[in-house]
Parts: sequence; structure tokens; C-alpha cells
Amino acid sequence: MGKLNIPVYLDYSATTPVDERVAKAMTDCLTLQGNFGNPASRSHVFGWKAEDAVTEARENVAKLIGANPKEIIWTSGATESDNLAIKGAAHFNARKGKHIITLKTEHKAVLDTCRQLESEGFEVTYLDPEENGLVDITKLADAIREDTTLVSIMHVNNEIGVIQDIGAIGALTRSKKILLHVDAAQSPGKVAIDVDAMNIDLLSLCAHKVYGPKGIGALYVRRKPRVRIEAQIHGGGHERGMRSGTLATHQIVGMGESFRIAHEEMEAENARIEKLRDRLYDGLKDMEEVYVNGDLEQRIPGNLNISFNFVEGESLMMSLKDIAVSSGSACTSDSLEPSYVLRALGRNDELAHSSLRFTLGRFTTEEEVDFTIKEVRKAVEKLRDLSPLWDMFKDGVDLDSVQWAAH
Amino acid sequence: MAYSDKVIDHYENPRNVGKLDADSDNVGTGMVGAPACGDVMRLQIQVDDNGVIEDAKFKTYGCGSAIASSSLVTEMVKGKTLDEAAAIKNMEIVEELALPPVKIHCSVLAEDAIAAAIEDIKAKREKKAESAA
Repeated sequence: MGKLNIPVYLDYSATTPVDERVAKAMTDCLTLQGNFGNPASRSHVFGWKAEDAVTEARENVAKLIGANPKEIIWTSGATESDNLAIKGAAHFNARKGKHIITLKTEHKAVLDTCRQLESEGFEVTYLDPEENGLVDITKLADAIREDTTLVSIMHVNNEIGVIQDIGAIGALTRSKKILLHVDAAQSPGKVAIDVDAMNIDLLSLCAHKVYGPKGIGALYVRRKPRVRIEAQIHGGGHERGMRSGTLATHQIVGMGESFRIAHEEMEAENARIEKLRDRLYDGLKDMEEVYVNGDLEQRIPGNLNISFNFVEGESLMMSLKDIAVSSGSACTSDSLEPSYVLRALGRNDELAHSSLRFTLGRFTTEEEVDFTIKEVRKAVEKLRDLSPLWDMFKDGVDLDSVQWAAH
Repeated sequence: MAYSDKVIDHYENPRNVGKLDADSDNVGTGMVGAPACGDVMRLQIQVDDNGVIEDAKFKTYGCGSAIASSSLVTEMVKGKTLDEAAAIKNMEIVEELALPPVKIHCSVLAEDAIAAAIEDIKAKREKKAESAA
């Protein structure tokens, strides 16, 4: 592998390439010569071997989050885990209460699931985060009601990379005897998770953000004190009845291997990636009118979400054709709405439209970061030369005082 | 999203980028859109005494299609009379740049920019005629 791989991939929070070691473990579980059996087959060695592989993977996933392997339920990914946790817990506890609390900056897999529950008669409070993206614990405490049964707060935000203080949130929910669900799709290998220390009851995970395959995830479901949820997919009673369906041995083995590697290498890897992220930020921060979105300290090492004022995100990405990043600009979505996450932080629409998310990972190199700095600076300069807003800013016009013809 | 070759060409080599003297009697300025919506176009036309557009400049904040639409419009209006320029329809821009449906608003904005610039120069000239009378 060369040091500067063009196009440069800086979208590790969207997905990651599968680690070679993971790919090898997976391909060993497919063919006649490999471990292809059904883990549910109790009557022969093919089934036993497959079950052993699944058990080992379960142990590896459990180990990274400080859980017991029996508390791991395999799913198709974090979206399914979020659905199972939130709907499952809400439905099971519906007689106790029908109020749920979540955050406006959650992933759509959580927000849309909550919307669905609202249509079924549940009530949901959507908390505003602070300007730095973090939850104010007092505001969360104030939102708790008699009939609140579930709080769902993400660990690491996918757009801005900020890390919520789950330990403090868990202490609160446990003291109030409310279940805590945590969407941790973005956390494994980046920030430590300890379900016991943090008092987490339900935790969503997936493999493809940690150099594992797409299409596999897990839900941690606490056993002591026992957390009960209603199954969403019914069938053969796999996974203690919480999620039926034949286990995908190769996917599960891939997830297990990716979590094993994450556990072993995360410390060294995070130190390396943080250095690169800081190098990227240092290379851009002296430009005029550049704003970091989200807290810089309470943040995973690989994320830099930054707004280049007076430049529109999609056209910026068009200039960066050799660099794969994502933007909070409306034009990158079909909805024509800019990022709801950035807006929830109180960022104005202009800055939301002007944002780029760089996410660095295991295979990012210094050369790629330096190339990116050079290209971004060039593109921003070019687009500002083209921007009437930049002209007006330079002429000292207060853009908020202008009467815009909104369309 | 994949861009058409023409959008990429205008985006990479935008025509007539710049600024004309907005206070000049023979310059009309149209600024349309809003930063909150993600696009703002400023189109300026310089008109001779016979009402023919002899120069046009633009600056645009927006996506690649918005930049390409405004760049194209500066080329289209040059040499036209104000009435001819006013007759330019957004669908001509859509067709020329092969804009996908989600980007049609960029062409509408460009049409609006022409109209705003023409209105500005006409207002200026009327005002001048009034003060001369």
C-alpha cells in the first residue's frame, strides 16, 4: 500500500474497509472446506464447530464492552439493534409508562423509531444538546417524569464525533429506575465502553464502523438486573427468543474478530489517529472564518467537523474530487434541509450548509492528511473568490442585516 | 451525485466571474437567493445606450449546479437586448446543463437573477429620466 492513496478516504464514520485479518476469518466460514455449518444444528460436528466460532465471537464482542457473552444478541446492524432496544423496551414496559426521552442529535435509527412509537401512543421528549453537542445532565433530569420508562442517548455522535458522558447519565437513570439505551455504533475501538460502570441496560453495536463487515450488529441486553424486551422478529427462538433467524456465522465471526482487534489495538491506534486529526486541524485552523462543530475535547480522535463560512459544502466537495468526505450541506441530501445535527447545536443554516466532516481511520496516512490540507485550502480559496457572501463579508456588510429573498 | 460534463466545465472554468460597479448608471445588479437556503447569486449586467447587454459578471455561493447555472447565464445574456434577456427561461438552462430534477431550482434562481438585474437597471434609468425631466 502506498502512502498517498488517491482518492483519499476520509469518511471512516460512514463505513470502514474490512481489515484483512477480519476478511480472512470470514472467508474461513463459507465453503465446504470451511466452517459453514448452522450454529443451531445440535446433532453433528458441523453445527458444533460453527457454534464454537459464534461463541468465541460473542466473547470478543462482550469483552470490549465489559459484558457477559450471554448478554449479546446478534442483529443485522445498529439500526436493527436500536429498533429492537427502543420498541422492545417501550412495548414491554408500556403498562408502567409510555414516556421516552432522547436527544435531537441522535441517529435517524433512534429518532425514526421514536416517531413510530409516538404514532402508537407513546410520548417522546427530544432534548436539545448544548452548543458543544453534549447533554446537560440537569436538563435530562428535569425531563424525567413519573411515566418515563426509557432514556435513549447515543455514546458518540456520528456527525460531530462528540462523546456523551454516559457514566453520569447512567447513574441518573439507574437511580430513577429507568432503562438506559445507548446507541454505540460509532464507539467501539474509539472510546472505552463499560456497561457495568456506566449502568447501561441496552447498547447497540455494529461491525462495519470497526473494520468489520456490513450487515451484522449486536444488542447488549443486561441480565442483572434483568432487562426484558419484546422481540420484534419472531421465529425459531434464536438468541434467547429476542431475535430469531439463523445466525450468519461468517458475519458474526467477522464482527468478533474486528472487536478483538479493536480491543487489542485501540490505544495505540487512537494515539496515532488523534495526531493525524490534530495535524489536519492545525493545517486548516489559521484560515479565516473556520468553525469547528462540536466539542473539541470530548470527541473521538478521528473526527473533524468544520464549517468554512461563505462556501457551500456540496460545491466544496465537488472541488475535492480526490478526497472522500461528507457534508452537512442540504445539497448532499435529497431533503434540501441542512444537517439537523448542526442545527440542533444552534449553528445557523449558513454554517450548516458550509460544513465538511472528515473522519480518519486505521489506514489514514500523514501524506493523505497533508494532501487534504493542500486541496481544501485551494478549494476554499477558489470558492470564496466566487462567493458574493465573501465579497460582502470583506466589504464589512453584516449579512444578518440583509433582507434575503428566501426561496 | 454525478454531474454532467457541462456542469463540471462551468464549475471548473467559470465564465465572467467578478464584480461591476453597482453604482454605475449603466450597471444592473440582481442578487437572489438566501444564505440560509444554501445559494445566493449575484448577477450584474452592463448595458449600453441602445439597451444591449455588453458585459455580464457573476458571483455565486451555492452548489456546483448553481455556480454552473450563473456562469452559463452570463454567457447567454451578453449581446442580447434587455427584452431578449428577459425572455430567457430556466428550462433553457436545465437543458443546456442537463440538470437533474433536484437541481432545477438552481436554474430558476438564475432566471430570477436575470430578471432582478434587468429590473435594477430599468429602475435606475427611469429615475435618471425623471430627474432629467
